Amino acid sequence: MDARLLVEHIPSLRRYARALTGNAWAADDLVQDTLERACGKWRLWVVGTDLRAWLFTVMHNLFASQVRRRPPPHAVVPLDDVAPEQLQGGVDPGLGLDLQRCLMQLPEEQRAVLLLVTLEDLSYAEVAKVLGIPTGTVMSRLSRARLRLQELMDGAAAPNRPGLRRLK
Amino acid sequence: MNRPPLPPTDDELHAWVDGQLPPERREAVEDALARDPAVAARVAAWHAQRDALRRLHGGLLDEPVPAPLMGVLERRRAEAGRSAPWLRWGGMAAGLLVAFAAGWLGNAQWSGAPHAAGASLARAPAVREFVRDASVAHVVYTPEKRHPVEVAAAEQQHLVQWLSKRLDHPLKVPDLSSLGYTLVGGRLLPGETGARAQFMFEDAAGERITLYIGTLDAQAADAAASRETAFRFASDGAVPSFYWVDRGFGYAVAGRLPRDALLRLATLAYRELS
Repeated sequence: MDARLLVEHIPSLRRYARALTGNAWAADDLVQDTLERACGKWRLWVVGTDLRAWLFTVMHNLFASQVRRRPPPHAVVPLDDVAPEQLQGGVDPGLGLDLQRCLMQLPEEQRAVLLLVTLEDLSYAEVAKVLGIPTGTVMSRLSRARLRLQELMDGAAAPNRPGLRRLK
Repeated sequence: MNRPPLPPTDDELHAWVDGQLPPERREAVEDALARDPAVAARVAAWHAQRDALRRLHGGLLDEPVPAPLMGVLERRRAEAGRSAPWLRWGGMAAGLLVAFAAGWLGNAQWSGAPHAAGASLARAPAVREFVRDASVAHVVYTPEKRHPVEVAAAEQQHLVQWLSKRLDHPLKVPDLSSLGYTLVGGRLLPGETGARAQFMFEDAAGERITLYIGTLDAQAADAAASRETAFRFASDGAVPSFYWVDRGFGYAVAGRLPRDALLRLATLAYRELS
């Protein structure tokens, strides 16, 4: 096992996990579990196949079993976890918060499809393989995710956003 | 007159936003976007959403990997070393083989023995083919003045990403600068068992060597030989090369150099790549 092969994929695993879980700590825990699992199951990776897609498959399976174990009552982003400096420069931090908050309101399976397609540039067929679902399902989830996220963001952009910012 | 294309489906509009639309349907989508403001607005909103999502935690891509995550890999490596001593023995054996090859190169009277040892590997047709292809590719492309490579070293990141994608295998460019060789660039080549990559390096005097990489389909007959080998020297091609097989992937370092110089380069490349 060459750990160096894994290292170059860590940044994109972290970004995906962050957007998927909406929480910096949970995200890095998920990445850590993914790396542990990948190291332990190294032999299950078929040499010559896409290592990145395999790592995302490992991560997805871990995330899915976490979700099954303790379904979150309602997805909430602790605001403290999204420090403004973690958001990209030039972006209104409020917009980033809204976006992450709205993302968390999507069902997990839609969020995963949307993020794999959008952030990782995986082809629809690759996403289908990573998530273990038919390509047709990828398309319908993607379509629903985009529509729903749009609606949520439109709602969030309404002038009144009570309770969004917590003063410390 | 062309018939107007079929209007795009929703899936095709998504594919357009994600850069996954087959080129032959591009016209239909662009036509619909120009014609139907509602479609154009929907697609524009998806684009904006996509951009916003990519910016959201984009900073993480440039952050150094946190120590605890690197720690996982370090720990695992240490555990592997403790619990599986054969791994270390394997490494030592490989080292011994390299040393043995080096010794052999310095001792002409030994030349018979390693030849016999290499015979079973040389019989493996996939490997033989691979080494011959490496030698041919070297001879064809290294004399090129204007187009020695498809993608130049200046775009190294792009080059590596592109070739990794085409070979369906994460590639790395070994750093050979300690032996005076810098990267010229690389190109994609066809091979018996799929795509192959050629990286070209050059020293200050303009002497060029190539590293040729590709998958070796482990056919039943020569499966064992195709999976893993130590260094082998091939001198029967147009240019000599050192080659090895690692986890189903073949590597060949070729150049018109004395054998010991070529071995030093191959050893460095092997170390950089593994």
